[in-house]
Amino acid sequence: MIAESMYQELILEHYKHPQGRGLREPYDTEVHHVNPTCGDEITLRVKVESGKVADVSYEGQGCSISQAAASVLHELAAGNTVEETLAVVDEFTRLMQGRGTVEADEDVLGDAVAFAGVAKFPARVKCALLAWMAYKDAVVRSS
Amino acid sequence: MNGLDVERIRKDFPVLSRELPGGRPLIYLDSGNSSQKPVQVIDAMRDHLALHYSNVGRAHHALGAESTEAYENARDKVAAFIGAPSRDEVVFTKNASEAINLVAYAFGNPLNTDERFRLGPGDEIVITEMEHHSNIVPWQFAAQRGGATLRWFGVTDEGRLDLSNLDELVNERTKIVAFAHQSNVLGTVNSISPILARARQVGALVLLDSSQAVPHKPVDVTELGVDFVAFTGHKMVGPSGIGVLWGRSELLDAMPPFLGGGEMIEAVWMDRATFAPIPHKFEAGTPPIVEAVGLGAAVDYLTEVGMPQVKAWEQHLTGYALDALAEIPGLTVIGPRTLVARGGTVSFTLKTPGGFDIHPHDVGQILDDVFGIAVRVGHHCARPLHLRFGIPATTRASLYLYNTTDEIDALVRGLRHVQKVFE
Repeated sequence: MIAESMYQELILEHYKHPQGRGLREPYDTEVHHVNPTCGDEITLRVKVESGKVADVSYEGQGCSISQAAASVLHELAAGNTVEETLAVVDEFTRLMQGRGTVEADEDVLGDAVAFAGVAKFPARVKCALLAWMAYKDAVVRSS
Repeated sequence: MNGLDVERIRKDFPVLSRELPGGRPLIYLDSGNSSQKPVQVIDAMRDHLALHYSNVGRAHHALGAESTEAYENARDKVAAFIGAPSRDEVVFTKNASEAINLVAYAFGNPLNTDERFRLGPGDEIVITEMEHHSNIVPWQFAAQRGGATLRWFGVTDEGRLDLSNLDELVNERTKIVAFAHQSNVLGTVNSISPILARARQVGALVLLDSSQAVPHKPVDVTELGVDFVAFTGHKMVGPSGIGVLWGRSELLDAMPPFLGGGEMIEAVWMDRATFAPIPHKFEAGTPPIVEAVGLGAAVDYLTEVGMPQVKAWEQHLTGYALDALAEIPGLTVIGPRTLVARGGTVSFTLKTPGGFDIHPHDVGQILDDVFGIAVRVGHHCARPLHLRFGIPATTRASLYLYNTTDEIDALVRGLRHVQKVFE
């Protein structure tokens, strides 16, 4: 029954009701990332205004983990400075790559801590990271 | 004809009685991906490794003779199993992909001297939209190398080959038609005779990818009447690392070698070489010796059970599965929904009763972690087919001789549970 713990209510909620989904104008950079092992994909746009993330918009297809992660990312990023969001991305990456042994810092991660259970499933870690890596890529390219 | 005693068969497969972590029983519905192995195959391989192993062909000592005999004996068994007119027509490869690549590399090969394998601009290669990537990519390569054109049959909404443009698609420019004997996603058993007849009319060769057919029903290459048949050991209760290309000897003789190396030669000078007769011409380097022995034991095992019995049991299971899955609201089978010309591979998409799409990766994860049910999720190495149906992925249950109706019941319960999680 370990998988049940991965499908947290919050993840399912974001999967069923994704926040900020859809590609919007204006944007600085658009990236397209694919997970070739499972076919999950995401197109993601970033708009930065005077150092702050004005919008993260996205369109994609994939499993509940990959799609919910994009939705949570959208919520966490908007309104914060680029540096702040990259710190969250780093903490999220550390949690995901920790094979379930890393204690999540809830103060930094907010809702994203719901993904802690995913780290125990190596095959699904890439699903959770897909949107976050796309975001990091987009931000780096736009600066 | 005696039936198949599934309980007795299950005892031959040690893995089927193991428990997964958390006390889950294993319910293995992924044989289309790779099958499990009976103790007879495991023992034959262990015995060869323990007592008879050495290199084949070139080792002039007692073990060399025993190993060579076991390796070549496996070839005899495979030849008999598929009704090959000659044992020399059975080429051992690494897998079915290599077998198909071997044929594809003959086309447009600068070493080739036979008109039938000449390939250039204006020439055409025909495949289908339901192929496994292993029967697509080698032909893309061949077409690109030769400047030829790759064309393909479409697939109908029911998951059958659309043969309505057969005469236009297979024409005087066609060099080879390569297609699946049975689809690894849809379960569809393709009708060979109309395509073969048209290919013969225009002088094109025909290759069948029988990876999903040879393990599941009697296959006789002479009756099929095609030119090449490719399949793999690990899907037919044999080990991984060994596949088979059967080809008509006259064609194999005419083809240029594929990989160069040890054992495939007749004589070598510093600037040139002559080559061994078939099948060894195509078996460069030390072959998968123990794997061949294992495949021979697998063929013995399937022959003992009886391929007509295997086919009948799988038909029974498939009918049961199609009926049971039809009871789940929100489940859509991708492929034929009746038993007509269909094997035991059932792929589907799943929604909640409320109409919310559940991604196959989530379906597979919960089936595995909660119920110990192993299915395959994704595009099953047939991405173009999924694009054709406008879906990124499916969940696939593939049945084999050791599966039971109880296991199908467990799958149905599992799928209903998945729906609850996402409701």
